[in-house]
Amino acid sequence: MAHIPDGILSLPVLIGGGALAAVGVGLGLRALDDRAIPRVALLAAVFFAASLVSIPVGPSSVHLLLSGLMGLLLGMGVFPAVLVALALQAVLFGFGGLTTLGVNTVNIALPGAMAGLVLGPVIRRQVRPVVAGALAGIGSALAVLATGGAVALSLWLSSSDYVPVARVLLATYLPLALAEAVVAAVVVGFLARVEPGALRPVAAAGA
Amino acid sequence: MMLPGDLRLRMLAGFGALVLIAPLSRQGPAAAALAAVLALFAVQRQPLPWRRLWHLEAFLVLLLVTLPFTLPGTPLLRIGPLVASHEGLERAGVVAAKVAASVLLVTLVFAATEPERVGAALRALRLPEPLVRIFLGVVRYLALIRAEMQRLQDAMRMRSFRPGSNRHTWRSYGHLLGMMLLRAMQRADRVEEAMRMRGYAGRFLAETPARPAGRDWLAGLLLLAGAAALLAWDMA
Repeated sequence: MAHIPDGILSLPVLIGGGALAAVGVGLGLRALDDRAIPRVALLAAVFFAASLVSIPVGPSSVHLLLSGLMGLLLGMGVFPAVLVALALQAVLFGFGGLTTLGVNTVNIALPGAMAGLVLGPVIRRQVRPVVAGALAGIGSALAVLATGGAVALSLWLSSSDYVPVARVLLATYLPLALAEAVVAAVVVGFLARVEPGALRPVAAAGA
Repeated sequence: MMLPGDLRLRMLAGFGALVLIAPLSRQGPAAAALAAVLALFAVQRQPLPWRRLWHLEAFLVLLLVTLPFTLPGTPLLRIGPLVASHEGLERAGVVAAKVAASVLLVTLVFAATEPERVGAALRALRLPEPLVRIFLGVVRYLALIRAEMQRLQDAMRMRSFRPGSNRHTWRSYGHLLGMMLLRAMQRADRVEEAMRMRGYAGRFLAETPARPAGRDWLAGLLLLAGAAALLAWDMA
């Protein structure tokens, strides 16, 4: 749902999104240690594969975004990871779009990066895995809702004709936020128990 | 008219054309854009990717259905309290034509192109080296990771796991994902170590691709000129 295809958004929104994404990716790459690149690539591949699994929620099913988790594990590296995953989706499946790569990257990666930056230090300080997981769950749900808001904003800025759809769209993010919160909480609880070092952001790894 | 054979030029020209047709707002130019891309498919003897065309995002379907009813204008059709306007229908038609033309153009640009070659072309286009390496890394390991995930999911099914809308399902997927992440991090350490052992020093040996032929430049410029002409018509 977060992938806006080509041919919908207006030119100023596309250009603005592209510029913001370029800044984010630039910051992400600069923070990245050379030795951490395989780790970013492999984690991006896992998040990509996991987002292809459809998870039942109520009568429908959702595909996870996992941006909050990515922000926690990758730090600012979430920007290049999301950009690469989206580009690959466009190349492999013709899914999403090329001109919207920037907008879509910002819509997904920015909330994830924020969640990672704000909640990351708090989560890593937690002694009890359950608490760390709960915090990560809240952060992930907020990141999903922020992505929904950003998608709606991109549509609204492009044309006021899209406003009714943008409103309906926001409602569809609620079940996703719920599923995402539970999954992220379990993942972080699991990692905190099994391998607490894994929760360090990627730029620090291996350095 | 053909697309450039050289991947770099094809990507640049295709991207430029997509940007140029994005602001189209009138019926004629939007329909012409779709017709032109369909003609390209015929010339290149590519089968139409029906699955990609039908695989519309849910919100796109929603958009096309609601636009006729939410835009004010000359009434065209009444269903109970809902009034479909002529203007709204036209707007939905324009959006549908542009989205379809864009999906088809992206398909043509990357038709029969291995993602590895896309990575090489991105490097040749001077994208930041770390970004290209992340791209190539994901390309290299995605199939492997997906196979590993499938194995773990098969194992879950063997233990009678049935996905449903409940906490147990979401917890199980959480453990699956946690395990995948853990394994990926360990694999990344091994990959990085193996690269060092082979003398990796921050750079891959990449061959410089051959210069594109004059024909490719011409084809790329033609594509851009066509898209620019449509935009000029739209704004006229």
